Amino acid sequence: MPADFISNLYVFILAGFVGFELIKRVSPLLHTPLMSLTNALDAIVVVAAIIITGRHETPLSTTLGAIAVAASFSNMVGGFFITDRMIRMFKSGRAKKS
Amino acid sequence: MNAGAIQQYLDFAYIVAVVLFILALKWLGSPVSARRGVLAGEIAAALAVIATLNNPELVAYKWIVIALIIGAGIGIPLGMVKITAVPQRTALSHAFGALSAAMIGIAEYYVGLSHLNRFEMGEIAMEVIIGSLTFTGSLIAAGKLQELLPQRPIVYKGQNIVSLSVLGAAVLLAVALVIHPQHAMLFPIMVIVALIFGVMLVTPIGGADMPTVISLLNSYAGFSAALLGFVLNSKVLIVAGALDGSSGFILSVIMCKAMNRSFTNVLFGAFGTVQTSVKQATARPVRSASPEEAAEILDAARKVVIVPGYGMAVAQAQHKLRELHDILAKRGVDVSFAIHPVAGRMPGHMNVLLAEADVPYDRLIEMDDINPEFPRTDVALVIGANDVVNPAARFEKDSPIAGMPILNVYEAQTIMVIKRSMNPGFAGIDNDLYYLDKTLMLFGDAKSFVSGIVKELNAVAAGS
Repeated sequence: MPADFISNLYVFILAGFVGFELIKRVSPLLHTPLMSLTNALDAIVVVAAIIITGRHETPLSTTLGAIAVAASFSNMVGGFFITDRMIRMFKSGRAKKS
Repeated sequence: MNAGAIQQYLDFAYIVAVVLFILALKWLGSPVSARRGVLAGEIAAALAVIATLNNPELVAYKWIVIALIIGAGIGIPLGMVKITAVPQRTALSHAFGALSAAMIGIAEYYVGLSHLNRFEMGEIAMEVIIGSLTFTGSLIAAGKLQELLPQRPIVYKGQNIVSLSVLGAAVLLAVALVIHPQHAMLFPIMVIVALIFGVMLVTPIGGADMPTVISLLNSYAGFSAALLGFVLNSKVLIVAGALDGSSGFILSVIMCKAMNRSFTNVLFGAFGTVQTSVKQATARPVRSASPEEAAEILDAARKVVIVPGYGMAVAQAQHKLRELHDILAKRGVDVSFAIHPVAGRMPGHMNVLLAEADVPYDRLIEMDDINPEFPRTDVALVIGANDVVNPAARFEKDSPIAGMPILNVYEAQTIMVIKRSMNPGFAGIDNDLYYLDKTLMLFGDAKSFVSGIVKELNAVAAGS
């Protein structure tokens, strides 16, 4: 088993635990924005897509890479945008009166 | 600067991004700090993208720029959709995320074809299978939510066996590829089989199971990104994917618990078979009331709990409900909203709709917190919810929804149910709640009925 795999597995397991602990604490009020925010964070795949596209190794890899860049960047832009819109709608009763 | 030094700066930028990701999720925990969380995520994403654009391995920028522009062109309108369209938008974004991960995995296979070892092949095959099935599965889910496809479960005899054989075929192809990574003709077949399996996975699932399915697809999309991180040896992808994957997984578990069902039960469509076995409900007498009578009862109440369900979203009644909340609150009535975890089509759906209608979030109460309040509640107003308030779940052991946690609406002093007709809900079971002596059925469209009540209350307010 390659050494990289082991260190990657460490990172994966630790990040999984951190995610589990953090997400357990997210109020059910915000489960919809939670899903759109994690989606936007997950769109970080765009960095891998950019590299595949920009290395320009074969026409196929550039094409697939460009599709991946467009798909994940749309998630990144749209995901942050809609999450922010939804979160701004949540107002507490006290804030409303003041 | 030489390439090695640049690489170190890039790695450092990724580490900062990962820290900001974790902070983003931490801050999202409460509505007070949530906006800061979004900002942290945005900074992290911008930092990672800018750093990557400076990667010395990049030789041609033309297609990157074109694709980024197209991506922004798709993403901005998808960020501006109406709040009522959020479930299908979310499903579509799972599809895009999975598509992206699958495309990169496929590109990696063909680029590395001549020197792939078995271990790398295994990683790529797993990643591409999960990415592909999540892509088509999420597209079907989005189609159902947008009502381009029927919301009812599409089932046929032997479905589970057929579906599992298709998945088995994809796995066998993956195994064959691990044994002979250079058998390139098998690879596209494996991708196609995985794409087909995604369709078969979601078509049998009905609308009311969408909260679970959308969460599961969320989790698959996350894990496919994490697997891609393993393939590319990229820690930032592994962390982001693990966070997204665990988030989707936790949400799926919460949704399953809220329906008292297991993953396998949701995925292999037990409701489809249950539905047919339920005997036809016999006609029993119910008491009904007019908007005037409903307004009078609400006006005399001290504590009112409103129970919204998917029917509220369909009727677009949330803005009228907020008016009802405001006018009752002004008259000194304690009004709150009881939110069942699976009400609606995705986790948190009711909360977002009501928040958009300007209902203060401290009036949106979770199931476990509101249930002890029902015996002290003068009026429980059920609007577009059915199975989640059905006492059969608690009291009838042989009911198809037995054991499902419900809102204890039956304990309220008076119950009012706004409903189009006496048709049973998604699970196809009759609801004893409707036949109680203290229950009034308010027949009609939810939005117009609520506006009728509001009109009456306004008239009372003006008269007094």
